Amino acid sequence: MNLHLKVWRQKNSKAQGSLVSYEARNIPEDCSFLEMLDLVNEDLLAKGEEPIAFDHDCREGICGMCSLTINGIPHGPSETTTCQLYMRKFKDGETIYIEPFRAGAFPLLRDLAVNRSALDRIQQAGGFISAHVGSAPDGNAILVPKTEADHAMEAAACIGCGACVAACPNASAMLFVGAKVTHLGSLPQGQPERNRRVLAMVRRMDHEGFGNCSNYLECEAVCPAEIPATAIGQLNRDYAKALTLESL
Amino acid sequence: MSIHLDPKIPAGPLEQKWERHKFESKLINPANRRKFEVIVVGTGLAGASAAATLGELGYKVTAFCFQDSPRRAHSIAAQGGINAAKNYQNDGDSVHRLFYDTIKGGDFRSREANVHRLAEVSVSIIDHCVALGVPFAREYGGLLDNRSFGGAQVSRTFYARGQTGQQLLLGAYSALNRQIAAGTVEMHSRKEMLDVVLVDGHAKGIITRDLTTGEIKSWAADCVIMATGGYGNVFYLSTNAKGCNVTATYRAHKRGAAFANPCYTQIHPTCIPVAGDHQSKLTLMSESLRNDGRVWVPKKKGDTRPAAQIPDAERDYYLERKYPSFGNLAPRDISSRSAKEVCDEGRGVGPGGLGVYLDFADSIKRVGEDKIRERYGNLFEMYHQITGENAYQMPMRIFPAVHYTMGGLWVDYNLMSNIPGLFVLGEANFSDHGANRLGASALMQGLADGYFVIPYTIGNYLAPEVGKRPTTDHPAFKQTEADVRAQIQKFLSIKGKRSVESFHRELGLLMWDYCGMARSEKSLTRALNRIPALRQEFWENANVPGENESLNVSLERAGRVADFLEFGELMCRDALARNESCGGHFREEHQTPDGEALRNDDDFAHVAAWEYQGPNTPPIRHTEPLVYENVKLATRSYK
Amino acid sequence: MNLLFKFWSSSIGKKWLVALTGLALLGFVAAHLIGNLQMFAGAAKINAYAEFLHANEKPLWVARIGLIGAFLLHIAATLSLVRANRAARPESYALNRRVQSTFANRTMALSGLTVLAFVVFHLLHYTFRTTDPRFKTIAEGGLLETSFDVYHMVLLGFQNPLISGFYILSVGLLALHLSHGISSVVQTFGLKSKKSGLWIPKAGGVISLAIFAGYASIPAAILLGLLK
Repeated sequence: MNLHLKVWRQKNSKAQGSLVSYEARNIPEDCSFLEMLDLVNEDLLAKGEEPIAFDHDCREGICGMCSLTINGIPHGPSETTTCQLYMRKFKDGETIYIEPFRAGAFPLLRDLAVNRSALDRIQQAGGFISAHVGSAPDGNAILVPKTEADHAMEAAACIGCGACVAACPNASAMLFVGAKVTHLGSLPQGQPERNRRVLAMVRRMDHEGFGNCSNYLECEAVCPAEIPATAIGQLNRDYAKALTLESL
Repeated sequence: MSIHLDPKIPAGPLEQKWERHKFESKLINPANRRKFEVIVVGTGLAGASAAATLGELGYKVTAFCFQDSPRRAHSIAAQGGINAAKNYQNDGDSVHRLFYDTIKGGDFRSREANVHRLAEVSVSIIDHCVALGVPFAREYGGLLDNRSFGGAQVSRTFYARGQTGQQLLLGAYSALNRQIAAGTVEMHSRKEMLDVVLVDGHAKGIITRDLTTGEIKSWAADCVIMATGGYGNVFYLSTNAKGCNVTATYRAHKRGAAFANPCYTQIHPTCIPVAGDHQSKLTLMSESLRNDGRVWVPKKKGDTRPAAQIPDAERDYYLERKYPSFGNLAPRDISSRSAKEVCDEGRGVGPGGLGVYLDFADSIKRVGEDKIRERYGNLFEMYHQITGENAYQMPMRIFPAVHYTMGGLWVDYNLMSNIPGLFVLGEANFSDHGANRLGASALMQGLADGYFVIPYTIGNYLAPEVGKRPTTDHPAFKQTEADVRAQIQKFLSIKGKRSVESFHRELGLLMWDYCGMARSEKSLTRALNRIPALRQEFWENANVPGENESLNVSLERAGRVADFLEFGELMCRDALARNESCGGHFREEHQTPDGEALRNDDDFAHVAAWEYQGPNTPPIRHTEPLVYENVKLATRSYK
Repeated sequence: MNLLFKFWSSSIGKKWLVALTGLALLGFVAAHLIGNLQMFAGAAKINAYAEFLHANEKPLWVARIGLIGAFLLHIAATLSLVRANRAARPESYALNRRVQSTFANRTMALSGLTVLAFVVFHLLHYTFRTTDPRFKTIAEGGLLETSFDVYHMVLLGFQNPLISGFYILSVGLLALHLSHGISSVVQTFGLKSKKSGLWIPKAGGVISLAIFAGYASIPAAILLGLLK
């Protein structure tokens, strides 16, 4: 198949960027979206141009490194990540817009690659359980009902790609934060630090310049790990409770 | 012999070695720990857990990863689970049985003492991960659930959906984050280690390149820990992430670290078959699928009927037929080779005949589609995304693919390489899996090394090293930094016509054909002739555009591919020298009449560790004998 | 006060303030509607109700101040959030697509601001009675029998199709605002579960529709000549 691409090119964070048109020719349908870009890059290299920079690593939908907003939707029309999007989802002759994940908190590095370390800093603020190596009781010492373990797992599945932020008109990271707060808050091991965690993570989130939730729920729609928006509800509730307890 | 391989295995009975070693290891008091700076390269299971634990103990840790976040490391992609000798299922498991299964699974080519230690600490790993909030699967009663895995007859595998690696890595990542917040660990992402710096023969620092700005920088420390993963991408197509590379370990090798058993590579039996030339990587379907899926091919050659139209009597469930007691759960090397065999016979399925069926119809009939969905939902979804096929309705097609590398830098019992101060953890070292790794053991080893081994053994090196940390002004740093810069300039000045990627592809195909699932003297000799020529072409005609001072993907790859082009040769050399079949290393000249691997314990019950001798000079092969005091070397049978 | 300040100084806290004040305003909208619907019970009934409200000056002022406070806080917190949200996404996409946000959702600010404009007019119109010289007692030169003759005041007001039209449009936008607002409040309070998530937006829609129908029925009935 042949495709018309409109790709965001920008030399570095300070340079002016723009959409540049490329033709992708003879792309096999079984190709993944990133493999299509690989082929385009091989063409560019042959012509003596610099290839398009984009983030990717595992190419099996779990590491969360690949990004790209494809035709206005983070990760495009796939149900998972960009790396798991296959060209059979597109029509021959289609025009495809490829843009970076956009958010003030994700400064652009080059072309389609952005810096998402703000998400790491939110996790550093409190997305953990303080357990010293060697101090843990037997794994079966504290029973965890299956429904709670499953609930925690559902939220823990977040791959940290940042698509929720990229999709949200407010560039809000609340689904991301809500997922971690829900994961650890659903387990007995996460209770002692529950209030402290949510306060610290939300403060960091605000500090990093993410927006807040207007309940568009675009995040839920594009999330490759299918984190439900109830995680945001949980975040709201836990935060209000923790904040109230802190003020009293 | 310029290098000395002393495994430093503690004396005493096997069961007491680790206890005794812990007691005899040197301690560093808490106030002194903060005087020691430790560099950790790589933040997968081994690196993140090591950095977090050492930070927790009070060492000053600086950690690096080339990805944009420590959470991206490829440990995250491990699906199936993690082994531990908990015996929660009361089915006869024990530390000794896990030890024995691992030794046997590794085809009697690993160190007894290391493997026993691994089995011992396996139980603590589960406890610790639960405490960190890893959401392991639970039974209705609230207890931890287990599943069984290849190469074992007990259920000792703990899992979190089909995303165990992800959850364990996120657990280690959260522990790391806690230390970053506490200020004991300083984290640097998007920085790639390009060399290790030796001062008076000791590893005292590294050189990194910032992948966004191109800044080359020296970092000094009291010791260096490398947890940089395996080298499966030497095959270009593998289940590894695109960024996985041998650069860190290979450059350490070039500085004097011995590379052990590079020919031991694991070919995973359950991957999605190759679809075309454009393919950039292979996707693994967790081995756990073999718990409920049955592997088969048509009995007739060239049978092109759809799977559903082939009656049971005309199907060959070859694993169940050949290995009645382990059946579909036969170890990875055996399953992979069997798949290759039936495909070589012309009975393969799918495009090109390079695939076998993994059929869930019987299990769906037995336990229902919902139960199967609950167990493997994400894997079926992934399969659907990639192939467009619904595996609930038709069997999956699978084919073996390069997955894990058992070889790595040589380390002693303390996990220190032959370079003092250079520690190697996880897949990057060679120590625990012998010639073949059992499923669900990689996660176990990575975390064992990071959480429970290195924190004890690092003191043995550090204690006498107090106050010996050089600064980056030391001439050794200046020299190594200059070497790194020179190499980068060399890449940029080739200005050739052929993309780095195409060299990698060609090398990969060559390795797969000549040093893949089956190897022979003829194929390896051919590879050894062709690789240097390819390497020469690379240095004359590679196209590396742009400059160093920016995010330059071509330049990053050039460095990695240049190392693979040298490393591939080392691998073939090792495969040629190991004139026997064992585990993942199958030499066609050495097989039993029914096609099983035939070991030669008299001549090859040893570790082969290679010493670098300079460019285009054959390396020297050293050996460390493997002494078995507790298990009898037996023919590995899964029949 | 410390609590209020704490909620004000964080994004989620502000969301709570918007939700809580929104809920209070919703309560007012519902109570006001019940009051208004007494139009259908005849002049005596609704005029008595007006007299009853004004007989209790103290609680009335408490309610009024509370309401004004909630109203201002609702607007101020929202404006502050919107500003932060705009700043969070400095560059927009060349091609913008929405997957699952609703029209009501995307027009919250617009519908809210229109309702604000309407409320100002509505207060001047019926509460302060500065826009229409007829809304005075006969003694003062108007057409109302007493100052509590709400029935005739409303009747006179809504006989103007322009005013009725603007009124119906405004309560329409108010209903649109509420249709998203109600489920948002539930979400902000963290009470939406996966199951209730399916029916809460629908329930919000039904409540909003009922409010719209209730409010719009009065001018509609007057224009149609059903109320005289």
